[in-house]
Amino acid sequence: MTAVFTAFKEAGLASLVAFLLALPLIGFRTNTTGTGLNFEFRWEALVVSVVIVFVGRCVLTSTRGLWQQSRLHLPSFGYLRSVIDRRRVSFAVIVVLVALLFPFMPEVDRRAIDLATLVLIYVMLGWGLNIVVGLAGLLDLGYVAFYAVGAYTFALLGTVYDWSFWGCLPIAGAVAAMFGVLLGYPVLRLRGDYLAIVTLGFGEIIRVVLTNWVALSGGPNGIAGIPRPTLFGLEFTRRTREGHSFHEYFDLPFSGDHRITFLYYVILILALVTNVFVLRIRKLPIGRAWEALREDEIACRSLGINPVNTKLSAFALGAMFGGLAGAFFASRNGFISPESFTFIESAIILSIVVLGGMGSQIGIVLAAAALILLPEALREFSEYRMLVFGLAMVLVMLWRPRGLLAHRKPTLTLYPSGSRTLK
Amino acid sequence: MTINELLRVEHLTMRFGGLVAISDLSFSAAQGEITAIIGPNGAGKTTVFNCLTGFYKPTVGRLTFTVQGKQPVYLERMDGFRIARAGIGRTFQNIRLFPAMSVLENLIVAQHNELMRASLFSVAGLLGLSRYYDAENEAIELAKKWLDRIGLISDADRQAGELPYGDQRRLEIARAMCSKPALLCLDEPAAGLNRNESGALNELLRDIRDTQGIGILLIEHDMSVVMNISDHIVVLDYGQKISDGFPTVVRHDPRVIRAYLGEEEDYDVDAVQPGLPC
Ligand SMILES: Nc1ncnc2c1ncn2[C@@H]1O[C@H](COP(=O)(O)OP(=O)(O)OP(=O)(O)O)[C@@H](O)[C@H]1O
Ligand SMILES: [Mg+2]
Repeated sequence: MTAVFTAFKEAGLASLVAFLLALPLIGFRTNTTGTGLNFEFRWEALVVSVVIVFVGRCVLTSTRGLWQQSRLHLPSFGYLRSVIDRRRVSFAVIVVLVALLFPFMPEVDRRAIDLATLVLIYVMLGWGLNIVVGLAGLLDLGYVAFYAVGAYTFALLGTVYDWSFWGCLPIAGAVAAMFGVLLGYPVLRLRGDYLAIVTLGFGEIIRVVLTNWVALSGGPNGIAGIPRPTLFGLEFTRRTREGHSFHEYFDLPFSGDHRITFLYYVILILALVTNVFVLRIRKLPIGRAWEALREDEIACRSLGINPVNTKLSAFALGAMFGGLAGAFFASRNGFISPESFTFIESAIILSIVVLGGMGSQIGIVLAAAALILLPEALREFSEYRMLVFGLAMVLVMLWRPRGLLAHRKPTLTLYPSGSRTLK
Repeated sequence: MTINELLRVEHLTMRFGGLVAISDLSFSAAQGEITAIIGPNGAGKTTVFNCLTGFYKPTVGRLTFTVQGKQPVYLERMDGFRIARAGIGRTFQNIRLFPAMSVLENLIVAQHNELMRASLFSVAGLLGLSRYYDAENEAIELAKKWLDRIGLISDADRQAGELPYGDQRRLEIARAMCSKPALLCLDEPAAGLNRNESGALNELLRDIRDTQGIGILLIEHDMSVVMNISDHIVVLDYGQKISDGFPTVVRHDPRVIRAYLGEEEDYDVDAVQPGLPC
């Protein structure tokens, strides 16, 4: 009896909240008429939404026990995980093969390749930020600043001095890393929330400077005419000054798809390099020191690890990959402006890392694909896009609070996995 | 003065605002000996360690640390991580392992500086040069040796945070030892251990003293441990040294007995049940 009562009480409260929220949000609708705007009061919609909340809450309360039991049996990635663990190498090889052959698969058109390129940019950014957030445990809310620094470095060198993409790529990475050190040195003494706020501020400062320093960055108008990447000097244009274009050299008819495909491979290679780098460095002393710092900074100091330098190296390397991705982004778009580097970008990259499961490389791929493709797929329902996006995030965090594939593999083991006999 | 004096503390004073946690404390610790620091709750024992290992900057005092064959270093103004590099290892009263990392990794992280040099600050490691792998294998061998010693070799790949409490305590000691200190500072290593574990710990500490030739500075509440294994005892009460000397002398010092049990002058430390904290 009391159970029924509490169920009704909770449902009543929930529907009251729903009513208060729905009254302004759903209850009123503005219509444009010949003479101007008028309000329409949609009481049916209001009633329907309150009833849905009431019934939904009742059902949820009464099945709570069931839900909690079934929670354990909900599909988790356990199975996938075990497959991945057992044949880790072959799984990675399959993923890379699929990625390599992707542009030549049937049904894959220009738009799909372009989207895949975008996803890969975020995968690379996620892997870069993973060094800072996932491994070193430093919450960086301004990662987009380094992305912007890389993009503007290349955009300026490319448009002012006509330097090529490949020549500028290491410079963009180095400049971004330098900014990482400059920012990191004063702020890495801060912890947790403080660090997050300072990095957030830094991200905004970079954007504001880019917007206002018109002489350098072109201000809000941005920079256009950024050079495209070339394949050993071959350009992907219909006609070139020197007659060095890809289609002429290989005697192919000109097609815009060549460039799209080429860009896809460039970012695929950049992302794979990032991945190999992160996987390797995690197993080196510096990588283990990052993780140890994340676990306990005081213990690290008692073991002779210099915390400031170690954190700085994580910050600088993370920034470097952000800068490389930024240079690619500038080159791919041919045009950049401060609008591409707003806080929401930092938030998306951070969500990719957190959602993917901090420290998990393949989880980041899944999360990047989900976070970039989901809004694309929901384009038709653009009104509800953010709503669904938010709902998906909340559900994932409820279902897997530590991220999709949070599972830490030791960097060295004495025993082959699962056994206790020496190798 | 012993010839192989490792650490000399002179006139150490530590104030927190108005509170004087340690006042004018002087003592020394020698190589190849276990020096115990005992005293009631809040006597300032952990604060002494924090001053020695650079977590607090002493208000007054000189802390001289001399490893045989090296120049003396003065710890009072050094950064904690530099003190560790100079050769002081420590454990913490509330265990500080790297809980999400494996047992083996905990011991490898302790050898960070050597490995970092061997990997040429990651360059040789990234390129996969054999010079790095040789160093890594050596580090693993040392870790295995200590794991064997503390009986955790079969748990090497488990997460450190999953281990039972007593094992975590021993792992923390092994981790400190893997950083190859000349002086090992242990903050209540026997706290929370049962009698068997406590006995095994005594064995381990004696063994470390005798085979590694290092000095051990030991904070302890458990009288039975202290009387059993220490070569030299310093007693603190309200931040002041009230006694200093051989265990046989200290245990009969009336000031010590008073500090531990109020005014009961005729109290004999031997009467205390071994294993019970005082
Ligand atoms: N960071 C600090 N700030 C202020 N007071 C402190 C600080 N650290 C220690 N104290 C004070 O110094 C005194 C000595 O503390 P300490 O932790 O050294 O005692 P202890 O001998 O280790 O005690 P226990 O046996 O309980 O571990 C206590 O009164 C404590 O409150
Ligand atoms: Mg203490």
